[in-house]
Amino acid sequence: MLNKEEAQRLIEEVLAAYPPDAAADRAKHLTVVEEATGEGSCGITANRKSQPGVMTIRGCAYAGSKGVVWGPVKDMIHISHGPVGCGQYSRAGRRNYYVGHTGVNAFGTMNFTSDFQEKDVVFGGDKKLAKLLDEANALFPLNKGISIQSECPVGLIGDDIEAVAKQKGAEMGKPVVPVRCEGFRGVSQSLGHHIANDTIRDFILDRQESTANEAGPYDVAILGDYNIGGDAWASRILLEEMGLRVVAQWSGDGTLAEMERTPQVRLNLLHCYRSMNYISRHMEAKYGIPWMEYNFFGPTRIADSLRRIAARFDSRIQEGAEAVIARHQPMVDAITHHFRPRLEGKRVMLYVGGLRPRHVIGAYEDLGMQVVGTGYEFGHNDDYERTNEDLSNTTLIYDDASGYELEKFVERVRPDLVGSGIKEKYVFQKMGIPFRQMHSWDYSGPYHGYDGYAIFARDMDMTINNPCWKMMTPPWR
Amino acid sequence: MAIRQCAIYGKGGIGKSTTTQNLVAALAEAQQKVMIVGCDPKADSTRLILHAKAQNTIMQLAADAGSVEDLELSDVLKSGYGGIRCVESGGPEPGVGCAGRGVITAINFLEEEGAYEEDLDFVFYDVLGDVVCGGFAMPIRENKAQEIYIVVSGEMMAMYAANNIAKGIVKYANSGKVRLAGLICNSRNTDREADLIEALAERLGTQMIHFVPRHNVVQRAEIRRMTVIEYDPACQQADEYRALAKKIVENRKLVIPKPLSMDELEELLLEFGILEEEDTSIIGCTAAQEAIQAVA
Repeated sequence: MLNKEEAQRLIEEVLAAYPPDAAADRAKHLTVVEEATGEGSCGITANRKSQPGVMTIRGCAYAGSKGVVWGPVKDMIHISHGPVGCGQYSRAGRRNYYVGHTGVNAFGTMNFTSDFQEKDVVFGGDKKLAKLLDEANALFPLNKGISIQSECPVGLIGDDIEAVAKQKGAEMGKPVVPVRCEGFRGVSQSLGHHIANDTIRDFILDRQESTANEAGPYDVAILGDYNIGGDAWASRILLEEMGLRVVAQWSGDGTLAEMERTPQVRLNLLHCYRSMNYISRHMEAKYGIPWMEYNFFGPTRIADSLRRIAARFDSRIQEGAEAVIARHQPMVDAITHHFRPRLEGKRVMLYVGGLRPRHVIGAYEDLGMQVVGTGYEFGHNDDYERTNEDLSNTTLIYDDASGYELEKFVERVRPDLVGSGIKEKYVFQKMGIPFRQMHSWDYSGPYHGYDGYAIFARDMDMTINNPCWKMMTPPWR
Repeated sequence: MAIRQCAIYGKGGIGKSTTTQNLVAALAEAQQKVMIVGCDPKADSTRLILHAKAQNTIMQLAADAGSVEDLELSDVLKSGYGGIRCVESGGPEPGVGCAGRGVITAINFLEEEGAYEEDLDFVFYDVLGDVVCGGFAMPIRENKAQEIYIVVSGEMMAMYAANNIAKGIVKYANSGKVRLAGLICNSRNTDREADLIEALAERLGTQMIHFVPRHNVVQRAEIRRMTVIEYDPACQQADEYRALAKKIVENRKLVIPKPLSMDELEELLLEFGILEEEDTSIIGCTAAQEAIQAVA
């Protein structure tokens, strides 16, 4: 493992490849943290424009809105408004599981697009959008509402999608939500999360028709869980077991009605801070609903989170939380007992998105592993502030790392596992380093909750200890 | 001989379309083979040649047919007075869509369909007054118009616009072969107009290629959807357009313009009495303050 000085030298070496201006900029995004201080943002600058010429791993505002926040709301139709590619190439790729009859009362894995042609750019796409809204509503009458996810050309030509949405929404008696998430806005998908949160605020929560439900004393909502591979399901059962009533999932396997009833809950539970802190803060300010972050990766963090959540309620819930923890302890022990000896001391580098660069650290540590490098594609300073407390080893921190930087870091650190996305996967596998996709769970999951821990442990073991790695010669041997 | 491609720019309402069509009619009369490409969503660049209200445009026909790939050249190309070939790019109503993209799409279509490969002497692009985005600069990009004529008059705003267009030409001149070929003065009967435009042309490093006097016959012909050349070939104004056409045929003075700074342009306007010397003491002074000063 690199010590602090070696890690610092490595950063300098990597930066030396850049022209002076780019190196000066990138230097602000790379650092070494020796131990958790629990404060400060790791001395990192974040949420800035990527350097031209580098291979950034970031997405766009449309990805943040359609792909992350809005897309999983299963009983609404989400129109990718613009040319066909954005919708088609992001279709169903995020593995947001849901229950429902696709094409009847759920639409999560379908692609609705206005399929812009040259003439739509020249003459404007509003008429086509109006027609598409009518047709989609006629063909899929059980939809509860429609969101319009803007692709770049819509913003460039200045289409008035708000006017179309207003008119059609009134005609249909359903929310029709115009989302200005054109891909060129902002520096990454992060702005798309914010834009999507704002439209939920303006077009769903503020809607007059939103009816008040009878609120129970233990009503909570799960925010920022996209049910990737079933994550939200593995989470909500724990909350329900301890006596809480989960009335809404945002937005994995979620519905319009769930979002509409969230302003009546007692507590908002926020898993992915980055993508849903905005709406959490709004509900706190407008409805007085407190919110708290939690972490359901790995038994240590799960137990800690369950207790912290329970502390917000009465003794019944607190006892419920202890009972949940106790009930799962034998399973946790069995998992740890089986896998920890196979994984002890293995070193991991992560490069992921909203919450995982920090949230999964605990789960690895439960298996005796160390996270020696981590970073966010599109984090902000407050994400790095939240990361600090999770760091316990000499850790490289990289914000908006380029393909080149990651490759160099991994080449030198030689971790036993890299966890990142599909674009990184084959680069590192060809370097002979075991790899897990930590966006899609590599078509596995869930990884949340106690059930998720079992799968997580199994997946890490079968990846790291796969016999194939002994059969290949990496480039440096 | 290679096709000479010319683009006509100038402030909105200056008379670009009228001047272009009269000029092109004069060229056709002199046995030149010419095509006009209208690059304005209003699609009024060919009406005097075709005796039509407005030609069916490439973009409208493409929208009706489904896409631009569904069109044939013969659908969009119309022949008018003197065998002049006419085509309009077309575009959206004001306030919607993207007219600039319409110009790009239309010109790409013409190129792909071989509209320029025929036996043409001249192509004239008649472009919307303000080059508001990349689409309206399409006619002067690589391999398209290499000669730019700016229609101007002795009015202040027309000259500002001409100078701005010259700035645009510099940008494309440095990356390609486009050059400023001259100013066409379409007279508004302002004082010392010819001298002023000569002076402006000289400072820009170009020439006033012709001074087209103002004459009512142009309006009379236009009401009949005709050029002067066709309506009244014997009149004096027709000879003016013939003179302009002859000068353009013979023109070899193609330059990279030297646009004026704002101060230089204002200096020129002051020199010709278009602009009054500015009273800087009144800038930012409200009516109330002026009243106090007046009392004092």
